Amino acid sequence: MVENRPWLDFFCHVILIAGIVVVAFPVYVAFVASTHGPNDFMSGLLPLLPGNNMLDSYGQMLGSGVSTSGVPPLALEMTNSLIMALMIAIGKIAISILSAYAIVYFRFPLRTLAFWTIFITLMLPVEVRIYPTFKVVADLGLLNSYWGLSIPLIASATATFLFRQFFLTVPDELLEAARVDGAGPLKFFWDMLLPLSRTNMAALFVILFIYGWNQYLWPLLVTTDERYYTVVMGIKRMADVADAIPQWNVVMATVMLAMLPPVAVVILMQRLFVKGLVETEK
Amino acid sequence: MAAIELSKVSKVYPGKVRAVEDIDLAIGDGEFVVLVGPSGCGKSTLLRMIAGLESITGGEISIGGGVVNRKEPAERDIAMVFQNYALYPHMTVRQNLEYGLKNRKTPRPEIDRRVAEAAQILEIAPFLDRRPRQLSGGQRQRVAMGRAIVRQPKAFLFDEPLSNLDAKLRGQMRVEIRHLQRRLKTTSVYVTHDQVEAMTLADRLVVMNVGRIEQVGTPTDLFEKPQTRFVAGFIGSPPMNFLERSALPDEAALNGSVPAGTATIGVRPEHVNLTPEGPSLALPMTVALIEPIGTESHVHLRWNDNHLIAAVRGRPAIREGEPTTAHLQLAALHPFDAAGQRLA
Repeated sequence: MVENRPWLDFFCHVILIAGIVVVAFPVYVAFVASTHGPNDFMSGLLPLLPGNNMLDSYGQMLGSGVSTSGVPPLALEMTNSLIMALMIAIGKIAISILSAYAIVYFRFPLRTLAFWTIFITLMLPVEVRIYPTFKVVADLGLLNSYWGLSIPLIASATATFLFRQFFLTVPDELLEAARVDGAGPLKFFWDMLLPLSRTNMAALFVILFIYGWNQYLWPLLVTTDERYYTVVMGIKRMADVADAIPQWNVVMATVMLAMLPPVAVVILMQRLFVKGLVETEK
Repeated sequence: MAAIELSKVSKVYPGKVRAVEDIDLAIGDGEFVVLVGPSGCGKSTLLRMIAGLESITGGEISIGGGVVNRKEPAERDIAMVFQNYALYPHMTVRQNLEYGLKNRKTPRPEIDRRVAEAAQILEIAPFLDRRPRQLSGGQRQRVAMGRAIVRQPKAFLFDEPLSNLDAKLRGQMRVEIRHLQRRLKTTSVYVTHDQVEAMTLADRLVVMNVGRIEQVGTPTDLFEKPQTRFVAGFIGSPPMNFLERSALPDEAALNGSVPAGTATIGVRPEHVNLTPEGPSLALPMTVALIEPIGTESHVHLRWNDNHLIAAVRGRPAIREGEPTTAHLQLAALHPFDAAGQRLA
C-alpha cells in the first residue's frame, strides 16, 4: 500500500532520528572523552566537544599500555581478543554444522536423544556451569591458553539448531540426485550443503564473532597471565583503579579501538548477514 | 545401455505396509517402458528401487545382467530425472552437468566434449553459465535431462518429470523426450500418473494398482484389449463406460456379443453413437449434459441409474434434457466378469 501522508513521514523520521541519537550519543561521548587530556575530567563535567589530546591517548594505549593498572599495550590485548573471537566463531560454526549434518542426515540409534541433549544445553550457559567448566579446563592444563579461552564456549546449541532447520528445508531429491551422481556422504556435505549454507554461516559468524569478542567473565577466570588478557578485560581493569582517578581518556580510547573489529565485521558481512537471515536459497 | 530385469520384487515398509508386491518385469535393451497408475499404486517406489534410492525387501533387480540389489545408486550406472528437477542450486548449468562425470573421474576433455554435445542436443548451450534459479521451468527440465544424458548411463529413470510444467510445455517436452530416447536408444523407465503421457511415450506400458501389475503391453494392446476392468477404466479419456449386465435388456438384443458369465460390460465413449452404425445395442437415454470440445462433443447420457458418455463428432443436434437413443456398437463391447477380469 502506497500512501502519501506528509505528517506520517515527518513523525516516522522524528522517531528514527531520536533512535539514532539515543544509540549514537554515548559512542560520541566516548569518542570525545578519548580526545581529551587525562586531567580534563577532574571537574566532573564531561566535555562535549573533541579535545586535542587524541594522538597521545591512542598512542599511549597502542604503544605502552597503562602500567599502573597492569594493562599491557593494546595491540596484544586486541590480538588476544581477535584470536579468541575467531576461534569461538569458527569453532562453533564447524562443530554445529557437523552435528546438525549428523542429526539430520544419518539414522543412528538415540538420534532424537542426541538432538534433545544438544538442545537442552541451551538452558545451561557458561555462567551456570562455570564451576565444573573451570575445573575441567584447569585439569586439562588449559588455563592461560587460547584453547582454554575458547573451547568451553565453542559448543553451541543455537547454531546447531539453526543449521538443522536449514538442512531440513533442503529437498530430499537434492540428496538423491547427488547420490545418483556418485557423491558419498562427505562429498555431499562438502559440495552441496556447505555452499548452500554459505549465507547462514556468514550470518552466524557475525553474531558469534561479536559474542566471542564481548566475552568478559570467562577470560577473567581462566587467564592470570597478562599475555592472554583480552581487551574487554583490559577496559575493566583500567576503569577499576584503586586510590586514583581512572584515566578516562585512555579508557575511552581503548573502548573506541575495541569497538572497531566488531564494527568492521558487521560492515563487511552486512550483505551476506541480511541475506542469511531473510533468504533461503534453494 | 542394458536390459533391466525385475523378479519377484517387493517392498514392505516397517509396519507391514506393502507398497510393491511380487513384481516380475523384463525391460529390453533400449526399450521405453512407462509405469502408470493412480497415486499410491507403488510406481514411484518401484522406480526408486531400480534407482537404488529405496531398499529392496524381496526379490531381485538386475541391470545389464548383474544383480544390483546391494549396490549404491551411483554404482548402478543409471541416471535419474526428478519431478522437481533437483538441480544443484549453487552450481551453474555447466557445473550441474559436469558434477556426475567429475565424481567418476572422467578426464577433462571427455567431460567438455560430452557437456558440449548434451548442450547442443538439448539447446541449452546459451545458458551453460547461468544458475538454475535464472532459468524457466522448461529450461530447468532440459538441464535435468542433460545431467542424465552426459553420464551415458545404462538406463534413464524418469520420475514424473513433466508434472511441474504447464500443459503446453508438457506436450512439447513429451515429444522431445520421445525423440531423444529414440535417438540415444537408452533403456528408459518412466513413471507418470498421466495416461496421455503414458500412451504417447511408451513402447510398453505397465499399469499398476495397489502395488501390483495389472497389465503389461503396448499402448494399443492396453487400449484395445484391456485385461482388467481397472485397466479399461484407467486408459482412455474420457474413460470407458461400464454398465452392469443385469441392468441391460435380454440376450436377444445383445445378439451373443458377450460371453456367459459377464458381470460388467465396458464400452468406450467413441463406440457409443447417437445414430446406429452397424450392429448395435439401442438404449433409450436422456441427455444430461453436452460438453463441446472442439472437434468432438462429449454427451453425458442418463438412463435410470446408468450413466454413459458418448463421444460424437462435431456438435450433435440434440439438447440437454431431451430423450435420445444410445447405440452401443456390439463389436466394441468389453466383457468383464464379477472379479473384473476380461472374458474373451
